[in-house]
Amino acid sequence: MTITDEPTTGVIGKRVLRKEDPVLLTGEAVFANDMKVPGALHMAVLRSPYASAGIVSIDTSAAAAMPGVHAVYTGAELAETWTAPMPCAWAVTEDMKSPPHYPIAIDSVHYVGDGVAVVLAESDAIAHDAIEAIDVEYDARDAVVDLTDALSDRVVVHEELGTNSSYTWNLLIEETDGAVQAAFDSAAHTVSERYVQQRLIPMAMEPRAVVAIPQPFGGDITLYTSTQIPHVLKVMIAVTLGVPEHQLRVVAPAVGGGFGAKLDVYAEELLCVALARQLGVPVRWNETRSENTVATIQGRGQIQHMELAADSSGKLTAMRVKLTADMGAYLQLITPGIPILGAFLYAGVYDLPKAYDFSCTGVFTNLTPTDAYRGAGRPEATYAIERAMDALADEIGIDPLELRRRNFIRPEQFPYEACTGLVYDSGDHDKAATIAADLIDYAGVRARQAEQNVEGTTKRLGLGVSSYFEMCGLAPSRVLASLNYSAGGWEAATVRILPTSKVQVVTGTSPHGQGHETSWSMIVADKLGIDPADVDVLHSDTAIAPLGMDTYGSRSLPVGGVAVGMACDKVIDKAKQIAAHQMEASIDDLEFVGGEFRVAGSPDRSMPLAAIAFSAFTAHDLPDGLEPNLEAQVTYDPPNFSWPFGTHMCLVEVDVETGDVDVLQYVAVDDCGNQVNPMIVEGQVHGGVVQGLAQALYERADYDSDGNLRTSTLADYLVPAASDVPPITLGHSVTPSPTNPLGVKGVGEAGTIGAAPAVMNAIVDALSGLGVHDMEMPASPNTVWSAIQAARSTTDSTSSPTGGNQ
Amino acid sequence: MGVPVEITVTVNGTAHTHDVEPRMLLVQYIREVVGLTGTNIGCDTSSCGACSLHMNGEAVKSCTVLAVQADGQEVGTIEGMAAADGTLHPMQQAFMENHGLQCGYCTPGMVMAATSLLQENPNPTEDDVRLGLEGNLCRCTGYHNIVKSVLAAASADA
Repeated sequence: MTITDEPTTGVIGKRVLRKEDPVLLTGEAVFANDMKVPGALHMAVLRSPYASAGIVSIDTSAAAAMPGVHAVYTGAELAETWTAPMPCAWAVTEDMKSPPHYPIAIDSVHYVGDGVAVVLAESDAIAHDAIEAIDVEYDARDAVVDLTDALSDRVVVHEELGTNSSYTWNLLIEETDGAVQAAFDSAAHTVSERYVQQRLIPMAMEPRAVVAIPQPFGGDITLYTSTQIPHVLKVMIAVTLGVPEHQLRVVAPAVGGGFGAKLDVYAEELLCVALARQLGVPVRWNETRSENTVATIQGRGQIQHMELAADSSGKLTAMRVKLTADMGAYLQLITPGIPILGAFLYAGVYDLPKAYDFSCTGVFTNLTPTDAYRGAGRPEATYAIERAMDALADEIGIDPLELRRRNFIRPEQFPYEACTGLVYDSGDHDKAATIAADLIDYAGVRARQAEQNVEGTTKRLGLGVSSYFEMCGLAPSRVLASLNYSAGGWEAATVRILPTSKVQVVTGTSPHGQGHETSWSMIVADKLGIDPADVDVLHSDTAIAPLGMDTYGSRSLPVGGVAVGMACDKVIDKAKQIAAHQMEASIDDLEFVGGEFRVAGSPDRSMPLAAIAFSAFTAHDLPDGLEPNLEAQVTYDPPNFSWPFGTHMCLVEVDVETGDVDVLQYVAVDDCGNQVNPMIVEGQVHGGVVQGLAQALYERADYDSDGNLRTSTLADYLVPAASDVPPITLGHSVTPSPTNPLGVKGVGEAGTIGAAPAVMNAIVDALSGLGVHDMEMPASPNTVWSAIQAARSTTDSTSSPTGGNQ
Repeated sequence: MGVPVEITVTVNGTAHTHDVEPRMLLVQYIREVVGLTGTNIGCDTSSCGACSLHMNGEAVKSCTVLAVQADGQEVGTIEGMAAADGTLHPMQQAFMENHGLQCGYCTPGMVMAATSLLQENPNPTEDDVRLGLEGNLCRCTGYHNIVKSVLAAASADA
């Protein structure tokens, strides 16, 4: 089932097909590794096979002598190239420890995959042949790969830091001193849970690719790269390489998925730019999939301690959260801030008093750095609260949906100041939960469970619920400042009505699958009263769209799309001045309807926007002092985050003999405010849900104790295929955001945030009658079977013969 | 690296003759030598299916075929699917109408695999489609709309 169309007058809200599709469907789209660049040298990177080692010596002579090899460089040889280490833009505390991180290791390596030397050759094949011929002598050291072990400082990743703890970030919110402890002391019910967020590999289908092309005579340099952040990257490259920023152009061509992993500044981007500049020839690099699993950031990697206090009715009274977060070997662009983004969401959709104690310690390990992966801190937070709510329901002995209902923030409480001090814009959680319950037939499923989950059955039914709030639309710049984030959260848009009345939109967002060209065209079409086909959206090239903060954190529509709408308003205001002048009417008497200016009360007097566009171009008859042409630019800094929400429900059948989990039904009810294009919204939810479900059931970056990744190919790392996932039933509600004129909220991460806890709650629900109360992710058949066996060996014969949390 | 071998491959109806290294994969030949970059590379273990194309009318992962094995064969790529006037193939059209793609990187392989699937089984069930496409990975769509697209293309053909 899919959602039905809402009746609307304009094009917004309609299922408009995507402009982006034809070039992608015909193979004409140009991804970075599709570019034909005559004379380019191909770079290959030799990577460390050790998680921790000193570099004793590197012999590059054999590689350098190979036919077709142009040059070989070690980290020491390139050390003078860098004017600054690779950037971490988020020093979450004043005393955060961050080791210098260079694009290529200089004297020691700290994770398997750390770059050691690079080859430039005439072809990709020759470059890869040549790195095999480089002889490196390593002094292998003990590595630390386990988070708890790392916290003990038994083995220290960076000796110069003296500890593996990068930072500890605290947030203690109390109405009165000691409120958290007092609430726990007087609580009727408490739960104390420990959850592990396994490391995940983002695995965009397009591995990264980079092409750096210098212009002659020391002029500009253009970097084509599969990135989500051409604008941020330009600034960071200027800082890291000392390239004058005005001589640097960054282009994100067609980009094959990002999911946060292309929200970063990568060594290979810096290497290609530096070497292309130095040699005066184009330099390119294509990441192999196996490289991608170690050289591109990973996601999650947290141990969560979650404590809830509640009164006798189950109403939450206090919460304590203690995180240990795996940074990996270095701090990438926003590595340390990822768990902090989650800090504001542990209370979920619940009315928690100001009795909240959060702390997070970021810890170095000898593993690939972590950073943003779809949801970035927020799926982890939602997982913890939603699993803990089920644990609390179990403790109290009430239905988990009923417990949620008793705690939901009520619609009349919005705007709602959360325990963290942030203000939630709008929400109706009971409505979303009710729609989901109806879609899955909640009562009917509970009845089926009572019938099916009897003693001796081999297939047990489980129903999982997950309600979430997402903090997205990053972000009000002042809030980012308060979190020590070293950039703003604004977005820029230009709307330009060309002389023949076609429209160019320049956006600072940088889409890679989200369909901004289509959605932004729809916003403009409705504003200007034109056909979306008459709008062209330009993006992802800093020479064309010089201002932007790019695409991540479900920010593009609630910040960038809103900016586009505001730029339209600004253009209309200018056109109105011309119309008033030429129609000899008072500007206050003009209204803009259906693409033309009309004089109120005189239906025969009107002037189409097209006519004004041409006269703004000729500039023959403009009001005194008004500049020619119709163009307006807006830079919009949102006053608040946007807060989409929803409830997901999952029905599973668990085979207790094999541990196999069969997802029978998945219902997602999401509320992202007004929907510009419901077709695109649904697509985002589908994909997001499957990524969350994949964390629950299939995926884990699996390392051995020496720091070797055992899942370094798509044959080992289980990205689900079509046959591994269920069809998804969608519902939705619409609670517009009051903080932006379009009433929109982001939706890119919502599915992922809702899904993992819904699936895991369903599995635990199926097995609770067998004494299983928790399950680690991914819930592989072996993990599920082992949990059942462990529960059987510790549960006495008095355990309930029926399943479910009733 | 081996002595180059001369091969002639018919790609989208046009014969191409080149000397290639024996170790060159068909996907590298199509992309780097013939110059058709619509066929994408997503892995190095024949797991993702992004490089799926047609060889003698049947979908193959072109990273599992050596260019020399394609000597004398007919290869069809995504660039050959739409009509000369730009009209999309019914499968391409179905993907567009059902939002069966987002970033589009897996899409050429998905379209090639799906057309081959319908040739073998013109009236597949949803399960048939899910199983039939299990060799092609997508990270964006959750497959929901890909499956819908293929079923729509099947019923349009019926």
